Amino acid sequence: MRRLYEGAIGLLLFLCATLSIFTTIGIIGVLIFETVEFFKEVSIIDFLTDTQWTPLFVEKHFGILPLLTGTFLVSTIAMAVALPLGLLSAIYLSEYAPGRVRDVVKPLLEILAGIPTVVYGYFALLFVTPLLKSFIPGMAGFNALSPGIVMGIMILPMVSSLSEDAMYAVPRELKEGAYALGATRLKVITSVVIPGALSGIISAFILAVSRAVGETMIVTIASGQQPRLTLNPLVPIETITAYIVQVSLGDTPAGTIEYKTIFAAGMTLFIFTLILNLVSYWMRERFREEYR
Amino acid sequence: MRDLKERVFVALSLAATLAGILFLSILIIDVVMDGASRLSWDFLTSFPSRRPGKAGILSPLVGSAWIMILTALFSFPVGVGAGIYLEEYAGKNRFTWLIEVNIANLAGVPSIIYGLLGLGLFVRALALERSVLSGALTLTLLVLPIIIMSTREALRTVPFSIREASYALGATRWQTIIRQVLPAALPGILTGTILAMSRAVGETAPLITIGALTYIAFLPTWPITFTGSFPFVEFSLQGLFDPFTVLPIQIFNWVSRPQKGFYTNAAAAIIVLLIFTILLNSLAIYLRYRYQKRMRW
Repeated sequence: MRRLYEGAIGLLLFLCATLSIFTTIGIIGVLIFETVEFFKEVSIIDFLTDTQWTPLFVEKHFGILPLLTGTFLVSTIAMAVALPLGLLSAIYLSEYAPGRVRDVVKPLLEILAGIPTVVYGYFALLFVTPLLKSFIPGMAGFNALSPGIVMGIMILPMVSSLSEDAMYAVPRELKEGAYALGATRLKVITSVVIPGALSGIISAFILAVSRAVGETMIVTIASGQQPRLTLNPLVPIETITAYIVQVSLGDTPAGTIEYKTIFAAGMTLFIFTLILNLVSYWMRERFREEYR
Repeated sequence: MRDLKERVFVALSLAATLAGILFLSILIIDVVMDGASRLSWDFLTSFPSRRPGKAGILSPLVGSAWIMILTALFSFPVGVGAGIYLEEYAGKNRFTWLIEVNIANLAGVPSIIYGLLGLGLFVRALALERSVLSGALTLTLLVLPIIIMSTREALRTVPFSIREASYALGATRWQTIIRQVLPAALPGILTGTILAMSRAVGETAPLITIGALTYIAFLPTWPITFTGSFPFVEFSLQGLFDPFTVLPIQIFNWVSRPQKGFYTNAAAAIIVLLIFTILLNSLAIYLRYRYQKRMRW
């Protein structure tokens, strides 16, 4: 009886764990099902090569490229902000900061990371964009630059904290060895800590890119919902995520081509982030092996 | 010269660290300046309206509460259960490895993809429509990886000797877990769960994708009503199937309108949302801090 009870609990816990597998199967299943429906109506070659994305217009074009360049543009700007700032602050927190400063700064960064993205969107549209416009007169009210910068600040705590973890894991003996050879602190950081933590840092960066690519509300609010094949950060664009929101806001019945496009766009997004996440996971595991 | 280089570098890295905090301060000051004047009891207890001066956040506030409570009810037992299985039961084999990689990957899937899953699975296939239940189930799947990972981490900090002592006294595996291991790991698990709830309360994109409404002037059916006759109380699950909106969606709706008056409303609603999420986050950070200090086995 007791064994039966124990066994039943074990089974129940096992089912909880396998739910995650079913979630993945569910995501892939739903995306594939609707995407296949989508490609029955639109040729995959048009999807990949057409330079216009106008499924909501009378004259429909289904080229994913404008959405991809929009996504790519905003993410690049975000990484240009988050990468240097995140890495520098990780170095400061792990190598220079006194314990007290760490105790204050780290929780504040966590709060920064916990702010809902819709709040960042408000800030990008109504604070950062007007501010930038006073420097760059030709900039449009909706653009890629402002949400890119704000998104960079949003993912900064993540880059900083993951890189710091990686630096912290570099064995003390290695650093002490370098100091014993007469290296300065800066030299130890550039020649021992960063190379030693490199795969962990790269893993953090890749994860941050994946986060930027999938970010939705900041770009939906501040970048203008106009799919456009451009790398100009000053004009309105649209990302994959913003497009999905745009369609979801309207009343789009299941089965219509507009409805299917959000799944095809979602599939594209999912494939990109999946690759990024797996590479990041692989690098993190490798990093763990190194210092076992 | 060498010293100068070093000093410049320290100053630079300090500046980078402060940049985030500076940004956080500006953001909060900006929002408070924009919205504080609009905050009032009326704002909290009125329904959204076409006229900015009359609009309030009652229905999004109640919707957010519904969604958060349901998400917590669904995700806590399942997430903790999965964490216990992976940490205490699972053998080191391929299947366990698969689950682990899978959870790590799910944690990185963009939230809007969960919205598409919810739309395809809960709204359409299971025909739950654009209801509170669809929203809560979607967010449950979204936050599960966070709860599972923090449960595992918390369980790992409980030393093995505790388990062995319990086994030595004749306790079964489950008794050991429920009476010894789980209580010791509880603060860590709660920290993760609170962070997950803070995430759920701030999520916008997946709920828009499953079709939560952007304008709604009624509340989901209250689960308990008191009546005049025996048994004096009626329970109803109808609320689960009612349409809803949440605070972040209301904010988004107001931000995307052209009239200035709605921007003020958005700022005021953001203050309410921020108070809530910052409180939750601070509570989680405090719990973890206390716990790390106290627990020295």
